[in-house]
Amino acid sequence: MKDLLVYDGSFGGLLTVIFEVYERKLADVSIVREDLYQPHLYAAVQTITRDAQKAARVWQGLQKKLNTESSEHFYKSFLSEERDVEDTLLAFTRYVLSAPSGAERNFAHPAVLTVMQLSKKVHREKHRMEAFVRFQQTTDGLYVATVEPDFNVLPLIAGHFKDRYADQSWLIYDDKRSYGILYDEKAGRVMEVTEESGEPTVSTDDQGVASITVHDHEAAYQTLWRTYFQTISIAVRKNKKLHLRHVPTRYWRYLTEKQ
Amino acid sequence: MWERIQEKLEILADAAKYDVSCSSSGSKRANANKGIGNTTGTGICHSYTEDGRCVSLLKILLTNYCLYDCAYCVSRRSNDIQRAGFTVNEVVAITINFYRRNYIEGLFLSSGIFKNPDYTMERLVRVAKTLRTLHRFNGYIHLKTIPGCSEELIHEAALYADRLSVNIELPSEQSLRHLAPEKSKESIIKPMSFLHDRITALADERKVIRHTPTFAPAGQSTQMVVGASPENDLQVMTIADSLYKKFGLRRVYYSGYVPVLSDHRLPAPGTPVPMIRENRLYQTDWLLRFYKFSLHEVLNPQNPQLDLDIDPKLSWAFRNLDQFPVDINKAAYEMILRVPGVGISSALKIVEARRFKKLDLTDLRTLGVACSRAKHFICTSDNRPRDVVASVLRRQILQQSKYQTTLTSQMDLFS
Repeated sequence: MKDLLVYDGSFGGLLTVIFEVYERKLADVSIVREDLYQPHLYAAVQTITRDAQKAARVWQGLQKKLNTESSEHFYKSFLSEERDVEDTLLAFTRYVLSAPSGAERNFAHPAVLTVMQLSKKVHREKHRMEAFVRFQQTTDGLYVATVEPDFNVLPLIAGHFKDRYADQSWLIYDDKRSYGILYDEKAGRVMEVTEESGEPTVSTDDQGVASITVHDHEAAYQTLWRTYFQTISIAVRKNKKLHLRHVPTRYWRYLTEKQ
Repeated sequence: MWERIQEKLEILADAAKYDVSCSSSGSKRANANKGIGNTTGTGICHSYTEDGRCVSLLKILLTNYCLYDCAYCVSRRSNDIQRAGFTVNEVVAITINFYRRNYIEGLFLSSGIFKNPDYTMERLVRVAKTLRTLHRFNGYIHLKTIPGCSEELIHEAALYADRLSVNIELPSEQSLRHLAPEKSKESIIKPMSFLHDRITALADERKVIRHTPTFAPAGQSTQMVVGASPENDLQVMTIADSLYKKFGLRRVYYSGYVPVLSDHRLPAPGTPVPMIRENRLYQTDWLLRFYKFSLHEVLNPQNPQLDLDIDPKLSWAFRNLDQFPVDINKAAYEMILRVPGVGISSALKIVEARRFKKLDLTDLRTLGVACSRAKHFICTSDNRPRDVVASVLRRQILQQSKYQTTLTSQMDLFS
């Protein structure tokens, strides 16, 4: 009978599952996130609890085989949250651990190819978020932005924003996944916040947009930016199709210039 | 106060929008000591206008008051338009506040020429200096060099800016005299050559002394207006080619003339913008810089004008059918690059992949080659093109091609 392994959806959780698969020598397995789990008639279901040590061992084992770039592909494709990505990553792990080094570049292998493709998609979304985040300044000087990225890319963009905006405190909140990353300028580090942790003034109203008390001149700068954006388009060269390809409508909601 | 600033921004952004450069790449400036911002080397396009062009920098004029009367320019002296000017502090405040909200990568500041070139340039430098020193701003700064300003000011500008540019404006000295009587070829070339010498000298110095000052790390660029004057593509590209070679320019931008003014020396308002021609010029520019073509192969006295209906690489292939078909599994990288339908990244992949197996059309497709085009020019185990007759193939390709769409998709080369 097939083994169905349920985990908590975290990266460490998945690595723990992979550890257990090896430990218990399971052959026919499928991995599923607990929030997607549906009772299954023909499978032996087990819930695997995240274990930092086991996860670390798997990660170290992988890194011995993979160069930095390929480890990144592994992590990024996990962040895609794609259905069955766990099974792909397990297949990928099995393949690279058993094959001679360099196998992670054998794109003829289906798992290797899928990991690469997912990673590319996630990377593109990361780059988009670096471009499309729009901060609003609050009365207490915090810069707040709300986003709804296609993939879970906040962990990937934290470093970019920390380097760039080192002297301002900021918060980027993922409204789809209900968590955010907060940079405290004084402490100089980024931490994860959820709505429950009450950090610090983010409460979402029914439209899902963070309601915040914005700074006095926030509206003025937003107007300036919109004015600028509209002015610089050359009417006789209008090219709506190209515009939409670069700025798909699903991102408009949080783009100041598209309000 | 805000209303006045908004009004000025409208006027001064509108006047700056015909300068097509918006690149924020080529400079790596770390955020030192908890200042504001950094540049990452690749640049970020934060938004795209409705005409599909990237918005990376706050691109404005300091003022549109101008002493000069260049026929093609909206801000020319004799044009009856609203005039405005920002103070140094206003530009600094808008830049910082836009940057902090993640709207932009930095500032691209140009100006009409008021009082005299030095006076104008001094103001531009002051903006950059205030941003860098007072506000510890590490974002991208692109400054226009005002033709005719002193070398000391250019030097100082390069200490604060990532990129400097002076526009060549028109593709011949004659047109420049005709349309921009107050500018001279010399006043444009001199600052370019001065900067090039300094940049090279400092690069040499850097090999010996580690702490040389940052000096225009993203180099220089320039822009040429095409379609406002009668030069052909050969003339345009000859200038571009020599600018790349002589002054090590990072980019030459080609800007299809947008008729905004009535002037008997210029195409009348309403004349379509030569967008396809502009696109072909960029494609040629790419062939020279990345595809290892030399200019005389693409354009020469026998073929002084680029084809509008097919791209320059394909036209070159048609003129040189004796060099095809190319054996994908044996040919040198340089030759594979020249196959229509093969881009740089697929050429690199082909050279990598053929070490492991003999490639056929299916393999090429997975590697990203546009086989519908390439198959006429290559041979593989499963593809051997029959004698190609240029005129027949040309008709065939034109019929099945999605030219209208490829054209727009290639427009994003402007960033």
